[in-house]
Amino acid sequence: MPKYNFTVNNKQVSVEADADTPLLWVLRDQLNLVGTKYGCGVAQCGACTIHYNGNPIRSCQFPVAGVGAGKVVTIEGLSEKGDHPVQQAWVEMDVAQCGYCQSGQIMAAVALLKKNPKPTDEEIDSTITNICRCGTNVRIRKAIHMAVSKGGKL
Amino acid sequence: MSTPSVSRRNFLRVSMIAGGGMLVGFSTLGNDEKQELDGTPFSPNAYIKISPDGTITMMSPNPEIGQGVKTSLVMLIAEEMNVDWKKIQVEIAPLDAKYGSQTTGGSGAIRSRYTPLRQAGATARVLLIAAAADTWGVAAADCYAENGFVVNKTSGKKIAFGELATKAASMPVPANIPLKDPKEFTIIGTRVKDVDAQAIVTGKPLFGIDTRREGMLFAVVARPPAHGKKLQSFDDSAALKVTGVKKVVQVKSSVAVLATSTWSAIKGRAALKINWEDASKLESTTDHKKVFKELLSKPAATPNRNDGDVDAAMSAATKLLDVYYEVPVLSHAQMEPLNFYADVRDGKAELYGPTQVPQNLVTSVARELNIPVANVTLGLPRQGGGFGRKLRPDNGIEAALISQAAQCPVQVQWTREDDMQNDFYRASGMFRFKAAIKDGNLEAWHQSFVCLSNGRSPDTYPAGALKNLRIESHSLPTNIPTGPWRAPTHNVQAFANECFMDEVATELKKDPVALRLELLKKAKEQPVGRLAYDADKFISVIELVAKISNWGKSSPNTYRGFSTWFSFNSYVAQVVELKMENGKPKITKVYCAVHCGKVVNLSGAENQVQGAVVDGLGHAMFTKLTFKDGAAVQTNFGSYNFVKMRSTPLDVEVAFVPSEENPTGLGEPGLPPIAPALANALFAATGKRFRRMPFVDDIQFA
Repeated sequence: MPKYNFTVNNKQVSVEADADTPLLWVLRDQLNLVGTKYGCGVAQCGACTIHYNGNPIRSCQFPVAGVGAGKVVTIEGLSEKGDHPVQQAWVEMDVAQCGYCQSGQIMAAVALLKKNPKPTDEEIDSTITNICRCGTNVRIRKAIHMAVSKGGKL
Repeated sequence: MSTPSVSRRNFLRVSMIAGGGMLVGFSTLGNDEKQELDGTPFSPNAYIKISPDGTITMMSPNPEIGQGVKTSLVMLIAEEMNVDWKKIQVEIAPLDAKYGSQTTGGSGAIRSRYTPLRQAGATARVLLIAAAADTWGVAAADCYAENGFVVNKTSGKKIAFGELATKAASMPVPANIPLKDPKEFTIIGTRVKDVDAQAIVTGKPLFGIDTRREGMLFAVVARPPAHGKKLQSFDDSAALKVTGVKKVVQVKSSVAVLATSTWSAIKGRAALKINWEDASKLESTTDHKKVFKELLSKPAATPNRNDGDVDAAMSAATKLLDVYYEVPVLSHAQMEPLNFYADVRDGKAELYGPTQVPQNLVTSVARELNIPVANVTLGLPRQGGGFGRKLRPDNGIEAALISQAAQCPVQVQWTREDDMQNDFYRASGMFRFKAAIKDGNLEAWHQSFVCLSNGRSPDTYPAGALKNLRIESHSLPTNIPTGPWRAPTHNVQAFANECFMDEVATELKKDPVALRLELLKKAKEQPVGRLAYDADKFISVIELVAKISNWGKSSPNTYRGFSTWFSFNSYVAQVVELKMENGKPKITKVYCAVHCGKVVNLSGAENQVQGAVVDGLGHAMFTKLTFKDGAAVQTNFGSYNFVKMRSTPLDVEVAFVPSEENPTGLGEPGLPPIAPALANALFAATGKRFRRMPFVDDIQFA
């Protein structure tokens, strides 16, 4: 089986996996980084959103062979103390219901704020395409605005 | 202070924990009460554990599926205990008979536990006070508990709960412990953040899907690809050659592939060669619709309710309305695809995973494995949504059988496609409504309903308000499994009834809010037959939502729809506001008024209602599942369309009718009225009625 070396959350990792293995399953089953969630496997729901070289990607459709020398950041590596402004805003706004999709939502929101530090409602709506089955969408939008006021940059 | 109070005989369990501390729990079982009171070693089967180091652990007895009970149930205990909320650690209780029914469904957790959990907290408080009073040599009445300490009223001295825990466990339990007057509440009714909020935003392993145990294999299962098919034969030789695949086992009509990773199991399953055979009819949605129409053309054998003389009123009418409404099949599509961990070896089963029916699951597993129930243990993770799917224990039973067959611990993972093909769906259905109108009055109402299964309470609104009313139902037997889906029956009944009520209001040239108020006033003053609802509470939410939405005011390019419904003993009224953007509707705001008795967690309660609104709007606009020859046509979010941010209203304002009555349901009641409120707003905007869901089949949204 091929071997892959890359950086996850600023740590060098080495895994053996078939080339077509989605990064999602490498993270979850081999590296025990289970904060990244499986929701659909077809890049529709966004529960598996991570950052690849700073960009949000759906890790369920991203083969491990494609990682190369790229830098991967998961929810576990977003901040050292779990206090990224977006994480803080999510707690402050009490966004979660079941909580399952929220790590993907947070990763998508952080990536949005990095490109657009003060998004409008319309910009949030057109950029965040993750699914929340509990319907916390209204609070997600508010939490993104709140993160802006907390200085929501990476 | 007021009643109800704690009865020692029925409820109390106070015991010393090995190494000090106290444990308070309660049960109506009582068979091992003596043992508990004698001070057995610590067992987690109780609600409160206080350690001498001051750590306070509370157990939330019902599974957390996103309805917020891991937080709100513990608030009930903490309120009466006068503990420092920030110092509490919360755990989800494993399955244990001492917790009573741990089923999560029917919006029932808070309703059933409101008094008992407060009693558990009050008991702890009284014993801690007694222990402090004894230490100081003063009367208990001279002490009070506050923020995790017992305070001496005279001296002002304080002792922390942790220091009192061991002594408190040995204090005699008074016969009657009064509960707080709701006016004294400091936690109940406030905004409290989810106890797992920080763990959620940092991606901690909270969910069943995150289970990782020594020696565990990941399993993915090939199940029949259509309802009506079964396994004939299979060849696993290619599957066993896939890297990481360790075993293939057959369980009933399915084949499980066990591997060292989920991906290997998925690839292994794809390499199976399976022959499926037809076992019964392969049904399609188009056939269902034809039969629905046929059935609705005939009267039912016996009406569910038949007030007055509907036929006479129809004959005498100056105007008759006669319309059909349709609802599609829905999948639960909870965000966390089904999964379950099972380790079945040596006649014992250790289970861990998502379920709404822990007792049912364990009993079913014991029966299927033919082992005693006592040999089955079940731990409960936080769950990525429920919506009724996990009221069926099939995921746990299947995992146990696979582990038994493979003789190793296994984590069974369903793919999204597996989940959508093997659901217990919200049944599709069709309604026929007739109304008789004469001299500007609604004289008769006739509802006939058919669905893949059936069901409705015939006594709910508008029954009771109309002299002539008939409710009928038919059902169409099917091999497609159906089951409860958030606010079962209400989610379809509210849609059809409240849309039709809006049609009647238009026909009568009456304001839709005024018409409901007029009917409910009639139901209150001159009820016809049995009423399943309280007209005053109904009126209270309608008046409140009219007030907060400024119902009746008009603004340019703003269209509104109203609806109201009663379910799980709660009353909800909603107004949807939308604008037209280039001929396409865009929902801008939703107003909700709710009567659910005392609100426990204001933040959580508001979140439930807001979420139910977005959930209900999304399904009404976009979502349907259809069948072709027994197979689901939509098997993932690409084709099973789901609401996203761009279709979410900017704000969902929620107002609760102030009440000190015991809480009623809240996880579900916010959902039923929203689809009709939207359909009625769409009518206001377009002049067209939207009589089938999803509305996207008939109109494009902005």
